Amino acid sequence: MSLFDRLRGRKKDEENEKKSFFNRVKDTFAPLPLDSEEDQPENKLSLEETKKPSANKKKVSESEEQVQYKEDLEANSYEEGLTKTRSSFSEKFKMLMANFRAVDEDFFEELEETLIAADVGFEMALKISNELQDEVRLKNASSKKDVQNTIIEKLVNVYDQAGNGENNEMLFAEAGQPSVFLFVGVNGVGKTTTIGKMASFYKKQGKKVLLAAADTFRAGATEQLVEWAHRDQVDVVTGKEKSDPASVVFDGVKKSIDGHYDILFVDTAGRLQNNDNLMRELEKMKKIITRQLPNAPQEVLLVLDATTGQNALQQARLFKDSTDVTGLVLTKLDGTAKGGIVLAIRQELHLPVKWVGLGEKVDDLEPFNADEFVYGLFKDLI
Amino acid sequence: MAFENLTSRIQTAMKTLSGKGKVSETDLDETLREIRLALLEADVNLKTARNFIKQVRDKALGAKVLEGLNPSEQVVKIVNDQLTAMMGEKAVPLNKSSKIPTVIMMAGLQGAGKTTTVAKLANRLKDENHARPLLIAADVYRPAAIEQLKSLGDQLSIPVFDEGVGENPRKIVEDGLKQARENKNDYVFIDTAGRLQIDQVLMQELKDIEKMAEPDEILLTVDAMTGQNATETARGFNDALGITGVVLTKLDGDTRGGAALSIREVTGKPIKFVGEGEKVTDLDVFYPDRMASRILGMGDVLSLIEKTQKDFDEKQASEQLQKLQENTFDFNDFLEQLKQIQNMGPMEDMLKMIPGMANNPAMAQAQIGPKDFSHMEAIVYSMTPGERVDPELLTPARRRRIAAGSGRPVVDVNRLIKQFKQMRQMMYKFTNGKGGLPAGMEDMLGGMDPSAMGVDPSQLGDLNAGGFPGLGGSGKGGLGGKVADFAMKRAFKKIKKAKKKRNKRHK
Repeated sequence: MSLFDRLRGRKKDEENEKKSFFNRVKDTFAPLPLDSEEDQPENKLSLEETKKPSANKKKVSESEEQVQYKEDLEANSYEEGLTKTRSSFSEKFKMLMANFRAVDEDFFEELEETLIAADVGFEMALKISNELQDEVRLKNASSKKDVQNTIIEKLVNVYDQAGNGENNEMLFAEAGQPSVFLFVGVNGVGKTTTIGKMASFYKKQGKKVLLAAADTFRAGATEQLVEWAHRDQVDVVTGKEKSDPASVVFDGVKKSIDGHYDILFVDTAGRLQNNDNLMRELEKMKKIITRQLPNAPQEVLLVLDATTGQNALQQARLFKDSTDVTGLVLTKLDGTAKGGIVLAIRQELHLPVKWVGLGEKVDDLEPFNADEFVYGLFKDLI
Repeated sequence: MAFENLTSRIQTAMKTLSGKGKVSETDLDETLREIRLALLEADVNLKTARNFIKQVRDKALGAKVLEGLNPSEQVVKIVNDQLTAMMGEKAVPLNKSSKIPTVIMMAGLQGAGKTTTVAKLANRLKDENHARPLLIAADVYRPAAIEQLKSLGDQLSIPVFDEGVGENPRKIVEDGLKQARENKNDYVFIDTAGRLQIDQVLMQELKDIEKMAEPDEILLTVDAMTGQNATETARGFNDALGITGVVLTKLDGDTRGGAALSIREVTGKPIKFVGEGEKVTDLDVFYPDRMASRILGMGDVLSLIEKTQKDFDEKQASEQLQKLQENTFDFNDFLEQLKQIQNMGPMEDMLKMIPGMANNPAMAQAQIGPKDFSHMEAIVYSMTPGERVDPELLTPARRRRIAAGSGRPVVDVNRLIKQFKQMRQMMYKFTNGKGGLPAGMEDMLGGMDPSAMGVDPSQLGDLNAGGFPGLGGSGKGGLGGKVADFAMKRAFKKIKKAKKKRNKRHK
């Protein structure tokens, strides 16, 4: 059974339960100030009501609500976290279909543009559109519904095939040895924040976690990680500002072995992928890890900002060259970012997305589930 | 460097037009389609790209350029004008309040580079205007954001106001402004936390701060790598706050920089600065016209001249010019020149500002790294003082000795000496007005009095012709030549204008 059929089956099941599901969602949504556009008038009201002197307080109560709501909807958290992404993707699509008159050149040009606007990427968009042109003709689809189904089925299949054989489980070292996770990425994508969240995730699973602050370059970077370590109550290894980051890595690995830690997270300074010297520095760090622990790092995670456009592909390519990236973390997916780039990355680079960041709070990080993600994107369209 | 790929794509698109005496409407449409795809691939907003193409097409057809002379050159000009217009014609300076302090507030998504930009901008004002800025740390949410600003403030000796993370940002800003007024700071920067434009609670906080602080400047910081989402972000912040300008960061990456092209169009607000590196000095004023030429691969002679003016020691340069004229330029001077060139930053970036260089295939081979400079230096250092003054002394035996001394192969030594001689000869001819430069360059420099410009032309000539292998002759023939010619003419006009202005001022 293809992924598309599975998704459609699931949609049917859900529709049967829709009433109760919908009510549940509605109930839990109402008090939440941050949500989709339809809720805006309500939001303003609740905003004014809650306009208390301290913004911090507001934050706290908000996070409580968030937790409550998370527990309620554990199974659907993906979908809800990606509300924005999904709605903007499907809105664009609905707009395209609303203008649909006939299957002709113009329509496919518009389809191309819709895909590009979703950050799917130019080549990918062209490819899909070309293939669809043939397919639509072959199936002799002419009604709106048929065409829409063909398009969505195609997108889902492309996504599914490109992801074949990809494993988005995290890899760990064999028992008795620390697993090392190295985090790389350009400036400001959220490497440190991701580590803070992920460390907490594994701490809660009972792992003994150590952080290494190998970003000795950016002002305040070490303090930022130390603060996360403090919040997560895990240990952290630091170095002096502007010292060689490789030395921090060395200390971190050593301590993780001697102290029998389960997981070592290595935070590195943000670097642009076209800066050769800094990319070589990264290679050096990796070498230092491998010298002490031959099978490490178990994971080299490239952190990508979901709002990045086509440059994300370039980032993935060049980081992959220098450090053999094993997986991706997609951050800031709670905004209006179109998830389209996930499609492009799958298609071109075959790097599995392993985690997605959906907000600023410590539990706003989720293991990536490919089927759930695509279901979230297309749910309204199947 | 940003825009590189966009440049090469647009140039490929234009190639269909080059060399054609006549351009049919079909040719034009085909080219425009390619340009549109190039823009979309560079993450330019869909609507912006569509408008752009429409306007270029209308202009090209309306002005009947297709029937006129040199249609392809005309189309290049229209594309260039339109690109400039899209990015906002002129550079817009920072707003200034009539009475101190001028308050500048930052806004933007997480990780866009607000704090870094605050430090860079404050440092720039301090260096250039002798300003006494105060930085207010109002990001209480991200761990260690305040420490980051404080640490930057320490490095730059700029005071930072903070009240820790326990205080409401509104209160912090209020107190900070009070302190600024007491201490008579002339600029105040408010560094705010990163937030999503759809986060109503945090956007309200920004609005409150804005109402209270009444900033003269609200700068939206945008990552140049942002995709189609850039316009939504810009619109969101603009609708909520009424931003006054944009800072584009991380432009030193290899992004195609489409965000730069669409933000202005969507918000109508100017891009004021661009961040191009991790050092505090890596912040530049955004010049739309120069950026347009860079995107079209036409180089950016004006920025190059400004850079040489800023970084070159004028006195030394004129001494060298003198020496060139007298033909007494020796290896010692060569060393000096090497050092000065190195001071100006990565050679590749400099070369790309020269018209026709950005996409010269020779550029790809001519990887001139800092290592090459040190190799050249090592060779000169291995010469005796006598040899440095008189290259004629350099017999094969001496060259072998120099090679051994500098740890370079003899071939390298030979090449350096040969290049040095060629360069000296060319400079001699050139400075004595006998030509010998590539065609376009001569046009451009012919009309200007080098000393009046404060740059000696040998630098330009040196960059273009002498010294380095594989770089002679800017891209001639085909479109490269056309674009370069056009850029030359334009640059020449601008230089003339600048000269007139300068002369006026002297009178």
